[in-house]
Amino acid sequence: MRGRADPQNRRWSRRAWLRLAGLGSLTSGVALASQDGQPDLVSASAPDHLGAAMGPVGRVSTESFDPTQFLRTWNFSNLPALERERFYRETPKLDGTTLREYELFAVDREIEIAPGVFFPAWTYNGQVPGPTIRATAGDHLRINFVNQGSHPHGLHFHGWHPPGMDGALAEQQVMPGDSFLYEFDAEPFGVHLYHCHANPLKRHLHKGLYGAFIVDPPSASARPPADELVMVLNGFDTNFDAENEFYAANTVASFYLQEPIRVAVGQLVRMYVVNMTEFDLINSLHLHGMFFDVFRTGTSLTTTESTDTIMLCQGERAILETTFRYPGDFMFHGHQAEFAELGWMGLFRAEGTRAT
Amino acid sequence: MPLSQPPRRTGAETGRVRRPSGAVLLALAVLPLVLLGGLLGVLVWSGPVDAVRGEGYPPVETLAFQRVELGPDGVLAVVLNDGPDPVTIAQVQVDDAYWSFTSAPGPTLAHLGRATLTIPYPWVEGDAHTLRLVTSSGVTFDHEVAVAVETPSPDARFFGIFTLIGLYVGVIPVAIGLLWLPLVSRAGRATVNFMLALTIGLLLFLLIEAGHDGLEAAASAPSSFQGEALFVFGALAAYIGLEMVGGWLRTRRRDAGAAVGSGWILALLVATGIGLHNFGEGLAIGAAFSLGEAALGTLLIVGFTLHNTTEGLAIVAPLAKEPVRVGQLLRLGALGGAPTIAGAMVGGLIYSPIWSVLFLAIGAGAIAQVVVQLTRQVVGEESVSAYVATAPVAGGLFAGVAVMYVTGLIVG
Repeated sequence: MRGRADPQNRRWSRRAWLRLAGLGSLTSGVALASQDGQPDLVSASAPDHLGAAMGPVGRVSTESFDPTQFLRTWNFSNLPALERERFYRETPKLDGTTLREYELFAVDREIEIAPGVFFPAWTYNGQVPGPTIRATAGDHLRINFVNQGSHPHGLHFHGWHPPGMDGALAEQQVMPGDSFLYEFDAEPFGVHLYHCHANPLKRHLHKGLYGAFIVDPPSASARPPADELVMVLNGFDTNFDAENEFYAANTVASFYLQEPIRVAVGQLVRMYVVNMTEFDLINSLHLHGMFFDVFRTGTSLTTTESTDTIMLCQGERAILETTFRYPGDFMFHGHQAEFAELGWMGLFRAEGTRAT
Repeated sequence: MPLSQPPRRTGAETGRVRRPSGAVLLALAVLPLVLLGGLLGVLVWSGPVDAVRGEGYPPVETLAFQRVELGPDGVLAVVLNDGPDPVTIAQVQVDDAYWSFTSAPGPTLAHLGRATLTIPYPWVEGDAHTLRLVTSSGVTFDHEVAVAVETPSPDARFFGIFTLIGLYVGVIPVAIGLLWLPLVSRAGRATVNFMLALTIGLLLFLLIEAGHDGLEAAASAPSSFQGEALFVFGALAAYIGLEMVGGWLRTRRRDAGAAVGSGWILALLVATGIGLHNFGEGLAIGAAFSLGEAALGTLLIVGFTLHNTTEGLAIVAPLAKEPVRVGQLLRLGALGGAPTIAGAMVGGLIYSPIWSVLFLAIGAGAIAQVVVQLTRQVVGEESVSAYVATAPVAGGLFAGVAVMYVTGLIVG
């Protein structure tokens, strides 16, 4: 079509349009009698700015994955005792440490990542992020991994372990139908992660094979008691163009906007934040109205920073501690506005009265 | 049922084999259709394609934007499901942000189903905006509004503006071109041939452009509509249609005792062809507005105005040796120019790419027919190659193409 313009003559033509429209309104104003009360074509006002108009439409089903429940679940603590035993068993050892045994499996599963949007994910135990694994430094972990998926998978933990337990080399991939027993001690303390390291790596990650791995300090009293929350920052590339169409904390876009995370005023809140976002170099977390103490990678008991915005590279993580001072809603989101508007946004709802 | 043979001559009387009765013929005609229906039923029921695709094979999802309007309430988009499988629009992004929306009649579109999305987005005048629809399987479909300007609504002002645009683009330029008539009628044979050849050059250029635009629109139209075939056969139909109209006019003239000259019929045909073409142009301008590209529409307007002045010349060139009254001339001008107004209104109100293809096709066919008519008049009884080789004709052809090329170049 003629005049399929480039940006340069778009500018030119816009001016021309204004001229023409001005002339047009003038002439038609003479020609047509009933012009009163008509909005002027050129200076038409923008639509009403409805703040509530932003965000995905509808609600996801929380039947198979509930992001609220995921926040405070580790070692399958959400399951009834009998069912939990199928996936997690702990046995005290003579030296005071604990033997923790896990059953993890990889399985292809369609998950709802935003209302009405279904993503053909690769999952650990049917969920993205995978189950949070939590141990105390020095505990012995024994993780039986079964690959029920359609591609080779595996487990690669961040932390100290012998090379044979790394799960990253090509020969360490677990073929579909096979299984492998990963065995190592949980060290060092901090907030870590585990993920699939099979090739092509990028795809195995963004399809959903990752989870949080928390190692508590050996002394139980090292960190004060707190309301503890697991947040895995992630994104989904639904049209496979190597860019994420959806971002979230814990998979479901804008979920915590609709279902705020309930916390108590005056109580210490500890967030275990792991950045598993693929494709984008960095992600971030910004909290409104409050500051938090940062423990990068959680490997120190001394905070290094007090801030309201933290930047995390891919695979980077941190423990954040804060105590809400006022009741009400506190927004939190990635401070890349694009991520926020594509789903990485939520609310804390602090309840109770202000501590004096 | 009437039988096909005369009733008294039966097979027994003539000794010939008795022909089957009407009922039998009907049965024979219908039987293959019944079998075909059965086959279709079996295909739908057993689904051999599904067997090939297998369980859980991703659906083929296609969505096409039919129309995008910007208004005080935000963005309104009409989308069509052009694919074989149903598509559910799960979420809508505007400029990389999820935005609330409503979908009428519903979010799920069947094959060739249509939905109107209303998105209360605070668009910014003069900026570019990108709409992105996310389906339930995460597939995305984008539409860019290059320069956001409020879409005219179909009120008195709308019709006023489109009438004005039509006047600027179609009627006034054509009328200006008609003013060359006195020059044409005073000129000698060589000048008239030059003028006619110039017109042929102009029209050939328009023809190529119409072909390009039409095929481009065909490519952007949903594939179910088979735009390319529609374009080619639409053009062919227009060509044959005009050929028939020309034949009918000539017969009428012969019957009426040659009251009207042959130049007149030619001018009438040229005006009709150009009118059809201008309807297509008006459609393109109106469509640019309806797709939220009002500023691009302006560019089209300037281009068409320049081009169309030459169309007036094309109409009067065959009238060189005819007595012409002003009223007749005005009618010819209106025939050639006024359809632009109607086209702009239709394009602005009910635009869809497929209408654009169809009207561009009709315009192209009409122009092709006019070119042939004019060539016949220029060439007469001689061979085409011999005639083209003469200086006035070759010069005219070249000048015609050059004028179009240069005016096209100026407006980009």
